Amino acid sequence: MTILSNLISGVSLGSIYAIIALGYTMVYGIAKMLNFAHGDVIMVGGYLCFCSTAYLGWHPLPSVLLAMVGCTVLGIVVERLAYKPLRSAPSLAVLITAIGVSYFLQNAALLLWGSDPKVFPTFFNFSGKSSWSLFGGQLNVSYVAAITVAACLVIMLALTAFTGHTKMGKAMRAVSEDKGAAQLMGIDVNFTISMTFAIGSGLAAVAGVLLCSSYPTLMPTTGSMPGIKAFTAAVFGGIGSIPGALLGGVLLGVIEIFARAYVSTQLSDAIVFAVLIVVLLVKPSGLLGKLVREKV
Amino acid sequence: MATKLKRMAPSTRSSFLTYGMVIAAYVVMQAMLSGGLLTSSLKGMLVPICAYVVMAVSLNLTVGIMGELSLGHAGFMSVGAFTAVIAAAALQNTVSNGPLRLVMSMAVGGVFAGLVSLIVVVPVLRLRGDYLAIVTLAFGEIIKNIINCVYVGMDGTGLHFSMKDAASLGMAADGKVLLQGPMGAVGIQKLSTLTAGFLLIMLTLAVVLNFIHSRAGRAVMALRDNRIAAESVGISPTRYKMMAFVTSAVLAGLAGGLYAMNFSSILAKKFDFNTSILILVFVVLGGMGNIRCSIIAAAALTVLPELLRQFADYRMLVYAIVLILVMIFTNNPAYKAFFARFRFRRKTAGKETA
Amino acid sequence: MFSKLVPIPSGAMVPDRDVDKSPILECINLGVTFGGLKAVENFNLTIGRTEIAGLIGPNGAGKTTVFNLLTKVYQPTKGTILLDGNDTHGMSTIQVNRAGIARTFQNIRLFTDLTVEDNVKVGMNNAMGYNMWSGIFRLPGFWKEEKVAHQRAMELLSIFDMQDLADAKAGSLPYGAQRRLEIVRALATNPSLLLLDEPAAGMNPSETAELMENIRKIRDTFQIAVLLIEHDMNLVMNICEGICVLNFGQVIAKGSPEDIQSNPTVIEAYLGKKKEA
Repeated sequence: MTILSNLISGVSLGSIYAIIALGYTMVYGIAKMLNFAHGDVIMVGGYLCFCSTAYLGWHPLPSVLLAMVGCTVLGIVVERLAYKPLRSAPSLAVLITAIGVSYFLQNAALLLWGSDPKVFPTFFNFSGKSSWSLFGGQLNVSYVAAITVAACLVIMLALTAFTGHTKMGKAMRAVSEDKGAAQLMGIDVNFTISMTFAIGSGLAAVAGVLLCSSYPTLMPTTGSMPGIKAFTAAVFGGIGSIPGALLGGVLLGVIEIFARAYVSTQLSDAIVFAVLIVVLLVKPSGLLGKLVREKV
Repeated sequence: MATKLKRMAPSTRSSFLTYGMVIAAYVVMQAMLSGGLLTSSLKGMLVPICAYVVMAVSLNLTVGIMGELSLGHAGFMSVGAFTAVIAAAALQNTVSNGPLRLVMSMAVGGVFAGLVSLIVVVPVLRLRGDYLAIVTLAFGEIIKNIINCVYVGMDGTGLHFSMKDAASLGMAADGKVLLQGPMGAVGIQKLSTLTAGFLLIMLTLAVVLNFIHSRAGRAVMALRDNRIAAESVGISPTRYKMMAFVTSAVLAGLAGGLYAMNFSSILAKKFDFNTSILILVFVVLGGMGNIRCSIIAAAALTVLPELLRQFADYRMLVYAIVLILVMIFTNNPAYKAFFARFRFRRKTAGKETA
Repeated sequence: MFSKLVPIPSGAMVPDRDVDKSPILECINLGVTFGGLKAVENFNLTIGRTEIAGLIGPNGAGKTTVFNLLTKVYQPTKGTILLDGNDTHGMSTIQVNRAGIARTFQNIRLFTDLTVEDNVKVGMNNAMGYNMWSGIFRLPGFWKEEKVAHQRAMELLSIFDMQDLADAKAGSLPYGAQRRLEIVRALATNPSLLLLDEPAAGMNPSETAELMENIRKIRDTFQIAVLLIEHDMNLVMNICEGICVLNFGQVIAKGSPEDIQSNPTVIEAYLGKKKEA
């Protein structure tokens, strides 16, 4: 039973990574940049949701919506101000700018909300209970875990449908293949990129709320480690691939929880990263990534 | 012969300018130090600045010259730092001369960082681009995690290691704990000096600049510019990438040793992902492959938070904004063209008067 | 030094001056498949020791693929390549280069951020012997070999009158000069067979005429064989002694320029079938 319970918490943590990784993967696919500030958008989402419930006394649902809207706007603004001027710059310059944005968001949060951890409220509490008791109390499945996994699946399916079948989704795929050609076909490249950032940041807000619901301490640095892990998950699954992000995220979460439970708490991160390295050595472009061969 | 000298001039002249700049900076700092002109906080930053300069120059070998993004350079610094600290403690009784002990323990740090890099080099040779970046990041985190679990102690019989806790080291009563897992290294003798830092920078410059301007450096840059063409003229990627990567790691290990022995205690957390990123910022801001500017960037950005002290709580926020603005202004084609025009005008104006 | 083709014992044709020497290259039933597509099939070619040979054919015929097979950018799925009588099976690009094949690329691949001279010196890398430590500590070996390398680089650049460009960044050169530099870089590896992939692409007629002279000069000075892919028929018919025509991955004709020009299969491949009257 402990294995099953660990598996459930692993899949649930992995689903959070997967939602963040989806944002990473989409932005990477379109803008070909590693958005290191993505993890900090999660943190901003968490704080927005926290403030609206704790200070304004809002109901959880509108505060989650507020967090999503807030992060979407933040994503668009950041893209316009910091990344758009660097569209044709070398990728490393964009990477450093993203790191600058990450510092900015962390320190702005530090000034606004201080460095002491905030305790995130429990949203998923129905009729006084926060988990299902199964097998006569031998197995507890928290509502948060179930909702996280469900949310992750819904988001993945919705994104797959969106990129596959809508006009905007097709525009996104076109831009990710070839910006210049897409522009010549009448696609508004800047708008498409903004939309991608908007979707990615909106997802980050959802991930933020779910993350803080599972691990209810909120600090300005809350987003950075999950951000790095999600980035790892995206690469693990094959960066640019939507199912890859899901697979990578879930595997990463499961490995992390199992390593923590059965090997060592302190070494769990090391084990996660070691597995990543081994997988990349065997499959250099990730589990579901496409290997692009250079034409000679 | 005269034509040869003329031809050799550009790269050699540039190298000498770099050495000269470092020597001048050292002389000025040394003078200010003896004149008591430095605040105590700036004084404490001199050795870290030297260490960061070495880190920036060595990372430039990987990122600028080899063209591979590394997000785990601080990992090698960490290995160098902790092995050097342990070596310094172990040598305490046999080598009484402080500077000599510093050099010997830094060398131990460099060797161990080099050994670790021999493991990291395997994926470096197989992977490219963002996949390689994530693997180097992963290695940096693994190194940090492992050091967080290691306990090292020393007593009359020698060194003791454990992965559990300080009690399981099994030391005699006179034993001293050197490395306490998550509490880091403690009781370090502060052996590092500005002069040691200066000499290390000079050594690093000599190694890196001479490497670049030798056949190995040319081969590495050829692989960076066009791997397929380089292989077609018989350049082996394995051999030359390994040379550059291991050299870079050894230098980072030396810098780690210098850095650690400037403090009485040090945590593994000091060398995490954020430090790797910080060093990468020095390199990118200074210009990839541009050794001199990465030295300036490393020194300036290390001092900058100190200079921004008047902004108090806002200083890191200002730092972030400065970083973003500098990246935008140096990389946006429109702004670049604007500044280039400005510079061009000034140059032609100068020519007219001359 | 334009010679007639004569048969050698294996039945292949080489220029008459090379008839006593063993051929530099023999491809026997060479083939490669990419995911079911036969890109090159049953490719047979023999090149004499100092022959200038041409490989022609319509776009997409598989000419560059043959170069990629010879230089092991792709490993052949079938057949044998004998370089100077030695089987190159299992060799890497690097080993093949050391064994004596050097090439240029259709889409120029220079080391754009290095100087012209350094581009050439990279080609000489394997001829140099000093190790990393001599380089870092500037030991006598470094100075001696670098001096020799500089002189040789200048000599090679002088073939195309490019000595003055030695300090320029390779990426800043005009198109024609970049193509010439690629040839110099390939020559710097001391090859016995030089593969040129569309050397005259983007050149005007006078530049092409000069290039023809230089290819001959290279062959005469270094006594090496040259195999070139080219669409400029004037160049091919003027300097190639043996020509091999490829279409859809298969050899459709081989022979001297005169044979090829009058071959009906070749004409059909280039111009299409004559309409039935």
